[in-house]
Amino acid sequence: MDSRRHSTLTIRTPEGVAFAVPLAGLVTRMLAYCIDLACISVVTGMAGHLLSGMAGLSVDAVRALTVLTYLLISIGYAIALEWFWRGQTLGKRALRIRVMDRDALRLRPSQVILRNLIRAVDMLPVLYAVGGVACLLTRHAQRLGDLAANTVVVRAATLQIPDLSQIHASRFNSLREHAHLAARLRRRVTPELAAVGLEAILRRDSLEPADRLKLFEDLARAMKSLVEFPAESTETLADEHYVRNVLEIVFTR
Amino acid sequence: MILDLDRFTAAEKPYWDELDRRLQKMEQDPGYDMSLEEATRFHYLYQRCAASLARTSQIAGEAQLKAFLEALLARAYAEIHEARGSRKRWSPLRWLFGEFPATFRAHIGAFALSLALTIAGTTFGAAALLLDPAAKSALMPFQALNESPAERVAREQKGESSKLEGHKGEFSAQLMTHNTQVAIFTLGLGATFGVGSVAVLFYNGVMLGAVAADYVKAGFAPFLAGWLLPHGSIEIPAILIAGQAAFVLAGALIGDGRRRNRRERLRAVTRPLVTLIGGAGVMLIWAGIIEAFFSQYHEPVIPYAVKIGFGVVELIALTVFLSRAGRTWTADDTPL
Repeated sequence: MDSRRHSTLTIRTPEGVAFAVPLAGLVTRMLAYCIDLACISVVTGMAGHLLSGMAGLSVDAVRALTVLTYLLISIGYAIALEWFWRGQTLGKRALRIRVMDRDALRLRPSQVILRNLIRAVDMLPVLYAVGGVACLLTRHAQRLGDLAANTVVVRAATLQIPDLSQIHASRFNSLREHAHLAARLRRRVTPELAAVGLEAILRRDSLEPADRLKLFEDLARAMKSLVEFPAESTETLADEHYVRNVLEIVFTR
Repeated sequence: MILDLDRFTAAEKPYWDELDRRLQKMEQDPGYDMSLEEATRFHYLYQRCAASLARTSQIAGEAQLKAFLEALLARAYAEIHEARGSRKRWSPLRWLFGEFPATFRAHIGAFALSLALTIAGTTFGAAALLLDPAAKSALMPFQALNESPAERVAREQKGESSKLEGHKGEFSAQLMTHNTQVAIFTLGLGATFGVGSVAVLFYNGVMLGAVAADYVKAGFAPFLAGWLLPHGSIEIPAILIAGQAAFVLAGALIGDGRRRNRRERLRAVTRPLVTLIGGAGVMLIWAGIIEAFFSQYHEPVIPYAVKIGFGVVELIALTVFLSRAGRTWTADDTPL
């Protein structure tokens, strides 16, 4: 396996800003493909039904059209949707992933066509084995079609502004009474520690009680080591409450 | 640095939302063109989003917000920095009569390789059948061809093989489907650095050579030519063109000795590959119709001379088309 395999694709713009796009995992892509297969089956079934019900067509013509419709839908489904929806099929849309140019440029029709045609080889010998192995071996999780078309499949992020209201457990923050210490705390808390603290608050309800206690104990200890507040301001505070108060100082002014 | 996230998102979110709306508009209409004023505003929003990301990156921990800004910036980046091709509407006629033959000629070396492999396979197949007739069952592509040519010709000429009557349309559609799948498969195998395509083209040649040798040896060359030429004069070149596309792809994967990395090489051949396989697809539609509605009729219904003549005319027309058409076509003409 390629040891330089990445979970993100990093692009550096000419303006000097680097951004990383998370790559879609193999399982997500497989699930999206299963949804697409189901969609293709439904659409071809409906098309076959419609064709068989058409008056004035001979049995031979109906069968011929059914065969051609299946070919057209099976090849054209992903090509058409990925082009019109900028890299997404129904399955990809449902699982919030999309096809993207490897250099983050606009996806071209020729890229969409090529990656979908080479799917025929990626599916060999059974169950997408060639494509799956290629995804696991390549640095940016590309199947053969992606390699040939210079594309990657990425996760599409949606805006989720952190709910800072959860930090404010109570209106009174005893640490704020010591303005100079609060200012020192704001300077000393590292972004990483603040981020871990914020995540801990946002996810507290999904943690086991014992784990939660241990996590907030560790966080409080780390934060207390940065600035020492007078005992009367901290002695009645539980570890979680202490962390909330620190984060409230750090993230809001 | 730690941001006042509340204030930061409240101040910047309207700009992110505006950028998102403009991107959605562009994404919904691939032919959408911005006015100068819109482009200026779009560029401003792009830069503002980049600046937001730069600030968010410094706080390291705001993973969700950072992921959103990165995704938004990636979409905007694609629109800002894309400089390939024009935004002209794609024209099927210009593509078929211009780009396809021009692309074919531009990669004629790959076609020659595809042809050479098929000829080598044909020679091998013919030689194998002539030297070892017992190998016939292993060489024939399908069971029906294992009967002796004399029996088949006698049956066809008596008009006994009317099993297609009332099914010609379906048969034609199945031929188109099968041949298109073979062409796509041949192209796709180019991704194996051409190894798979070499095997497929050689094997196609082996089957063709074995069938041809069987009928010629039995003295039924006119029947063979009348049977294969009407559709084969288009179908076989179409598969060769699919092989040509496969070798263009393999060449881009392997490298051509010039100072270009693999990504640049692949980017350069994406459009030619799609054009070649698309052209082969059009040829296979024609071949499928001819095979079902014309090739299956034999003497005395249609004289062999007529069938052979038709096939030869098709082959000449195809040769002239591929060698002469699209001479004025240039790469900037279509946005494929």
